[in-house]
Amino acid sequence: MITSRRESLLGRVLLILLMVVTLLPFVTLFVTALHPSGTYPSGLSWPSSPQWGNFGRAFTAANMGQLLWSSVLIVAGVVPISLLLGTMAGFAFGHLRMPGHRIVYLVVVLGLTLPFEGVITPLYYQVRDFGLLNTRWAIILPLIGLFMPFSVLWMRAHFVGMPGDLSEAAQVDGANTWQLFVRIHVPLARPAVSSLAILLFLWTWNQFLLAIVLVDDPAKRTMAGALGAFQGQWGTDIPLLCAGSLLILTPTLVVFLIFQRRFVAALLQGSVKG
Amino acid sequence: MFAAPALLFYAVFVLRPLFLTIQFSLYKWNGIGPSTWVGLSNYGKIFSDPDLYVTILHAFELIIYFSLVPVVLGLVVASAIRRISQSRMAVVSRTVLFLPQVIPLVAAGITWTWLFSTTGLVNQLLSAIGLRGVTRAWLGDFDTALPAVGVIGAWVQIGLCTLLLLAGMSKIDPALYESARMDGAGPVREFRSITVPALRQEIGVCVTVTVISALASFDIIYISTQGGPGNSTMVPGLEIFYLAFSDRQVGVASALAVALMVLVLVVILPIQWLTREQS
Repeated sequence: MITSRRESLLGRVLLILLMVVTLLPFVTLFVTALHPSGTYPSGLSWPSSPQWGNFGRAFTAANMGQLLWSSVLIVAGVVPISLLLGTMAGFAFGHLRMPGHRIVYLVVVLGLTLPFEGVITPLYYQVRDFGLLNTRWAIILPLIGLFMPFSVLWMRAHFVGMPGDLSEAAQVDGANTWQLFVRIHVPLARPAVSSLAILLFLWTWNQFLLAIVLVDDPAKRTMAGALGAFQGQWGTDIPLLCAGSLLILTPTLVVFLIFQRRFVAALLQGSVKG
Repeated sequence: MFAAPALLFYAVFVLRPLFLTIQFSLYKWNGIGPSTWVGLSNYGKIFSDPDLYVTILHAFELIIYFSLVPVVLGLVVASAIRRISQSRMAVVSRTVLFLPQVIPLVAAGITWTWLFSTTGLVNQLLSAIGLRGVTRAWLGDFDTALPAVGVIGAWVQIGLCTLLLLAGMSKIDPALYESARMDGAGPVREFRSITVPALRQEIGVCVTVTVISALASFDIIYISTQGGPGNSTMVPGLEIFYLAFSDRQVGVASALAVALMVLVLVVILPIQWLTREQS
């Protein structure tokens, strides 16, 4: 008993230590953001007169309103289409199992290991030839394709677990495959779909590489892409940069804190499946 | 039919670019003018030009920080908190430890750039414990820039690894631990003989996810060092970006891209095979 109490104390100490290390960077960011803009504060120090106005100035400087709207538009493009197509394909691979599905599925799943840098160069020329460079579609369409392996894998894992009797019963009642999908399988897939939606939202919102390569205007990028431009412009004004960074990571933090249970579950499952 | 639209997107935005990358890699092309066939010489260049192959070495070095450190520390922490995994503190920690996974990597990069700067928190802490002598601009120093970038990656990954491993541990039958205790096994023995073997699959997942993030790292380095000082933190992902879009050497960039993709597959497939084999 004594050993186990000592171990659980050690566990607590380690856990607190890990949490401190995780949180400390956020605390520094926050404290630094309150220093007078243009100064070079040292590490972690509370300013003599906290400049709450820095957040307002960063909001204007970063054009946050427009950025938020832009990111929302991009997410609104990527997530619903990915969900629809991913669910349909997951249904096909996991439930209908048409001839040859194994080979095709393998080809799709290999895409999971693909680093985006591997295809970014041709993507640039392709998007240019489509005439979409510098529009939000330049981020939306490729991301749908690039996230497809994961979406399909995720939804297939769900449909593989569904009993076949369900479909047989519906077919006996005269439902065709489309009705079967829409009326029976989609409603049952709701938990899997909503977790996938969370992950896709997060990955789209935080997407950086595609945003900086395919869109020049920061105001049409994702939040993360815009942060890169913000750093380029205000990199020397540390308090303002910190305030801007905090503002830019606030939306995901808020969404995370609201949906944290689902988020944690989705992220854990997501990495296991991926 | 149901899979067709998904496959169409996949074909147009993944497979086609993939084949184009391979095709580009066999040509010399500046992105605008005519291209000339050069066979495999772009690949020759990658393995002979020190500025290029060193990027691959850097990527491997980053595996230590992005992957090895988080997985090992994650294992240690997770097994230390296994007993208290139902307590309030552990519940709070789930939220806290996930924060680095949720924010954009770019934001992590900016934050740590500030922490590592001459007047940043890292140096402040070092001075406070009497190590003023080692303080420096960590990201600006040829010797410390790559490890410093690695620390950022470790910070991002450690929470995820800890929680994944902890979730795996909760599936282990507690009776196993009890009987081990009865046989006189200490915590270290317990860890080696029960915990690690039972977590084979979870460890595999952690390693896979983090190794890909190391080999394909881009965001953090673009923001914190841009590959510098000199070439000391240049990684393949960033080099591809510079070659293709600043230096206009699309052929070499594509050859490096192919090399990177092959590298990821060569490293990941054995890990998958080793850890999934018996499950």
